[in-house]
Amino acid sequence: MKLRRTMLYVPGNSAAMVKDAHIYRPDTVMFDLEDSVSYREKDAARFLVYQTLRTIDYGGVETAVRINGLDTPYGKDDIEAMVRARPNIIRIPKTEKAQDVADVETEIERVERKIGLPIGTIKLFAAIETPLGVLNAREIACSSSRLLGIALGAEDLVTSLRTTRSKDGIELHYARSQVLYAARVAGINAIDTVYSNVQDEEGFLAEVRLIKQLGFDGKSVIQPNQIKLVHRVYTPTEEEIHKALRVLEAIREAESKGSGVIALDGRMIDKPVVERARWTIELAKASGVVPEEVKP
Amino acid sequence: MRILHSGSAGTLESSDVLITVERNPAKGVVIELESISEARFGNRIREVIKETLKKLQVEDVKVRVQDRSALDCTIRARLTAAVFRAAGIEKYPWEELE
Repeated sequence: MKLRRTMLYVPGNSAAMVKDAHIYRPDTVMFDLEDSVSYREKDAARFLVYQTLRTIDYGGVETAVRINGLDTPYGKDDIEAMVRARPNIIRIPKTEKAQDVADVETEIERVERKIGLPIGTIKLFAAIETPLGVLNAREIACSSSRLLGIALGAEDLVTSLRTTRSKDGIELHYARSQVLYAARVAGINAIDTVYSNVQDEEGFLAEVRLIKQLGFDGKSVIQPNQIKLVHRVYTPTEEEIHKALRVLEAIREAESKGSGVIALDGRMIDKPVVERARWTIELAKASGVVPEEVKP
Repeated sequence: MRILHSGSAGTLESSDVLITVERNPAKGVVIELESISEARFGNRIREVIKETLKKLQVEDVKVRVQDRSALDCTIRARLTAAVFRAAGIEKYPWEELE
């Protein structure tokens, strides 16, 4: 199972960050060619990410690049360069409809064909950052076999909604639910938006707990010190692991006896309970707190 | 590629390099290097600059390199950006850059 608990934004024109971001061990490093790069530096950032991706060994950390939209003068060159640089993922900004994904996919495929890369090598993530994107989340999520996930981008969204980010995130309730449901229908990842106040660790943790409880797979982060905090929240506790292992053991025992009804500590164990237990163990394994050889 | 005017790219931040290129008609490649690691890496930096210029087919150019311990790939990226800016080219020949 590939975890995407954290996708670390790295400004694409920062030489130090572009070469070192993986040492903080996020699940995914995301080089940004879009909002964090000024118009005057778009070319330089593109060359920097292109050259660095082709050179550095990121030690198994997944790499993504957020490109500029195809409706800007930079999007097409970003794709041309990045497909050649071969990150694992290209992230599409401000996706509003399925056609936006199809347009990017057409460009990627054109370059893949040109350089002899197997079609479909470069995967996609779509960022949903506008009211229209939120309303079309399902069609976006189901639009391409390259899509590994959709990600909510809240800063632009709250501005369009004529509100601001609050601590409890009430203004994002609908968008988060919509993005999450769309991702689950499509069978892909759902990634939450960034938390911009890097000084407020308590507020950040509360938001991570909230999005985990909602069902999100992870969160975009902007500071390396946010990575450990997210991973800690997402790592199953000893008690959760113990409980999950007991459920799975009870299932195996019942199956070996040919028993149809399974109970543990006087409570019925049904399919959703088993599925949750398997998920807990998979997450624990991927988080490195349970050995790989443990049976799910 | 012809250098039309002065062009630069990069920064003076750590791990980066600020590269400025200028026309140097009929005088070949001249490299002015300022680096805290010149004694150890000066030759290598010059080599990367020359290789990259050759690939970009730039012959008569003065290159000022203010290095802050940049990796080879960073030097290549900054020099390429500086050259395209100095040549006034915004349509990049990606096939040739590979």
